Amino acid sequence: MTSREDWWYDEAAGPLVRPYAMVRGRTRPNAPDLHLVTQVRASSFASDQTSLTVEHREIMALCARPLSVAEVAAYLDVPLIVVKVLLSDLIERGDVLVQNSSPKIPDRNLLQAVLDGVRGI
Amino acid sequence: MVFVGSDGQLIVPTAVKIVIAGGFGTGKTTMVASVSEIPPLRTEELLTEAGVHVDDLAGIEGKDTTTVALDFGRITINTKVVLYLFGTPGQNRFWFMWDELATGAIGAVVLVDTRRLDSSFPSIDFFEHRAIPFIVAVNCFDGSQLYTVDEVRHALDLDEAIPVVLCDARDRESSKSVLVELIQHSMNRLAAV
Ligand SMILES: Nc1nc2c(ncn2[C@@H]2O[C@H](COP(=O)(O)OP(=O)(O)O)[C@@H](O)[C@H]2O)c(=O)[nH]1
Ligand SMILES: [Mg+2]
Repeated sequence: MTSREDWWYDEAAGPLVRPYAMVRGRTRPNAPDLHLVTQVRASSFASDQTSLTVEHREIMALCARPLSVAEVAAYLDVPLIVVKVLLSDLIERGDVLVQNSSPKIPDRNLLQAVLDGVRGI
Repeated sequence: MVFVGSDGQLIVPTAVKIVIAGGFGTGKTTMVASVSEIPPLRTEELLTEAGVHVDDLAGIEGKDTTTVALDFGRITINTKVVLYLFGTPGQNRFWFMWDELATGAIGAVVLVDTRRLDSSFPSIDFFEHRAIPFIVAVNCFDGSQLYTVDEVRHALDLDEAIPVVLCDARDRESSKSVLVELIQHSMNRLAAV
């Protein structure tokens, strides 16, 4: 625990300083079911955002429409692990809603919808 | 499944994915770009220098890390369904990433370049061993279509049930028909079990 203060300001950590600073010492996501395509969306009843970091607020803005975890990471330009930690914070606050299921193999109806959709683009 | 909030509002669509695999330079990113509704996005996973996936940031501060990048695109099917297309990262390393990509996927397109057929062997092995539906798409680089579909099937030692199609990954219509072929193949596989 004492080491946390040390690395916080440790220039030697190089490119990892920024991700670390963003997650403020939390190291793993509390929401375990965040996969690449898991859809997240900002709640329309989000709480007061004044206590949020810049990155959290950026996520809230991005997620005004539903996006995948991978898209949020790409738009924020941070590694997936970092965006998962940040999203977990927002999910815990109830500010971000998540589709809570691991990826399942699509059934026939879903495949038919995808087939029609792809043909139509 | 569609999730509806207490106010009856649609919360999030169902996400599905297709994996675009194959050796280096076979046209994976090109295919994603040709059908995606957005310019391909890039996201990165952290790895330790030893190539181990970082799923906890504890204990790696100050250590050397590297990243593995994924290219992906998006096709909004309708208000309830969104399709993601993921190009695979390099073969032979990063298999943990392939596992995550393949889990729950509709299936995979394995791109091959007939000038270097063997460069796509590891992709084919991967999907065969996991019983994930896949098709083989021969990317016809200009004037390099040296073999027929049957010759490619034979050279790759593919089961008769695996579709092999020719394509131009730069062409949107061509890439679309590759995706259509894969989805139909997945539906047939579903009907067969
Ligand atoms: N002539 C031709 N070039 C292609 C085709 N598909 C891809 N390329 C080129 O081949 C190179 C490798 O393609 P890329 O999509 O980056 O391959 P990846 O490594 O599988 O993602 C790029 O320079 C593309 O522009 C094709 O169908 N015909
Ligand atoms: Mg590529």
